Amino acid sequence: MDEMITVNNVSKNFISRGNSDTLALKGVSFSLEHGETLGIVGESGSGKSTVAKLITGLISPTKGEIRICDNDIQRQKGENPLELYSKIQMVFQNPVESFNPRKTLGYSIGESLRNRGFSASAASTMVAELLEKVGLTAEFATKYPHQVSGGQCQRAAIARALAVEPNILVCDEATSALDVTVQKQIMELLDELRKTRDLSIIFICHNLALVQSFCDRVIVLYDGVIVEQGRPNDIINNPQAEYTKSLVDSIL
Amino acid sequence: MNKKPTKKLIVFTILAAALILVSIFADRLCPYNPYAQDLSLSYNAPSAEHLMGTDTYGRDMFSRIIIGARASILSTLALVAIITMFGTAVGVICGYFGGRVDSVVMRISDLFLAFPGLVFALAVAALLGGGIINAVFALAVISWPKYSRVARSQTLSVKALSFIQAARLAGDSPVQIIVRHILPNILGPILVTSMLDIGTMMMELAGLSFLGLGAQPPIAEWGSMMSNGRSMLQTYPWVVLSPGFAIFVSVVIFNLLGDTVRDYLDPK
Repeated sequence: MDEMITVNNVSKNFISRGNSDTLALKGVSFSLEHGETLGIVGESGSGKSTVAKLITGLISPTKGEIRICDNDIQRQKGENPLELYSKIQMVFQNPVESFNPRKTLGYSIGESLRNRGFSASAASTMVAELLEKVGLTAEFATKYPHQVSGGQCQRAAIARALAVEPNILVCDEATSALDVTVQKQIMELLDELRKTRDLSIIFICHNLALVQSFCDRVIVLYDGVIVEQGRPNDIINNPQAEYTKSLVDSIL
Repeated sequence: MNKKPTKKLIVFTILAAALILVSIFADRLCPYNPYAQDLSLSYNAPSAEHLMGTDTYGRDMFSRIIIGARASILSTLALVAIITMFGTAVGVICGYFGGRVDSVVMRISDLFLAFPGLVFALAVAALLGGGIINAVFALAVISWPKYSRVARSQTLSVKALSFIQAARLAGDSPVQIIVRHILPNILGPILVTSMLDIGTMMMELAGLSFLGLGAQPPIAEWGSMMSNGRSMLQTYPWVVLSPGFAIFVSVVIFNLLGDTVRDYLDPK
């Protein structure tokens, strides 16, 4: 199978003035196969979000190499970020915060299209189609983030991520800020999208039960190190690492 | 943003616009020549003929107040516009890019903030010589750090929000991120700061004029008119009170406008 993402022995060190540096990731390696949904679980501070930012090129690794579709992400970002971000997109934890409060949802969703040379009118037609694909109506394009609910906003965020038809979607706690019923709807939407589109998904979450039902494979991250990986059912039924055991115990 | 302006905003905008229009068309609005001296008319009390009375040299105070708006309001607005733009540009660049440039520029601005403003402006103005333009320049040199502080801290807090990361994923360049996403979100506090600063700047310009480093006589300027007439407060109060009233009214109008603009710009 094709490897969509290869993370090779990556460390990330956050330098802070005065305090000692924080080692957010310590030599992490994993890969994402084509068409696969990979779950990453771990507690707060385990390095989950750092992984998301690294593989989307928002931050650079201190050590190691990340390849997206067999290209070095650092070099590609320097050469042509538009090309990189046509392959990988991200959905953020807090949907409302992930939209500019002073721009309409339509403006934000169409931004990547306009940056790629589409005219304003072509972009807005595509935005309307995207909104319908994620279960909203075209009129949401004229609304501001604070005028819609969290669930609707997250749908719009998914539409924004899909605008450039990426191969990889990174969901960084994409459902954590939503209430349970809305969470379910968003999961159903993501499930439908990965079936209808050629999407490989990295699903970052702290809810092991959600990961179990949604992911093909799961990585357990603890204190910047991968402590366990495998199929979700194997991990839940037969956890090896101490942290995973406590995580499994905490499933209600 | 498609938000309907509030009634308050319309009223204060009209009032502020009126003030600015008066200062622009001041020479056509004066009923008398504001510089014509007639000692036989000196110290006339306010009357139907001279609405605000006359001063030591028999000049019509009302005409002088109108023509004085030009020096007071227009140069204050120019000053505030300059420091707002320069300070904001510096602050946003420092906040967004961070690093060594940020540290150096912010230490420089600390240096300016550590001096008592008017004293430093005095030194600069004295070095440059008198004149209203030099006074504006002197005050600009010492006043921009406040704006770069506000802009920098606002930029830092906006930069941490995930929509900035989303914009990077959309392929925006740093300049596009600053123009499309950061500036619109930090403009409110900066605009309010500058509007509330108009009054202070008006007073500081007046202060420099009083010390002979701002507007030069015979140019009418409210601050220097007040200073010149201050010994007559008990005998011919209109000489002091009319420019004082003009400053008071303009400061109140610009302050209230600043407040309403802030309320209006709040997205919620």
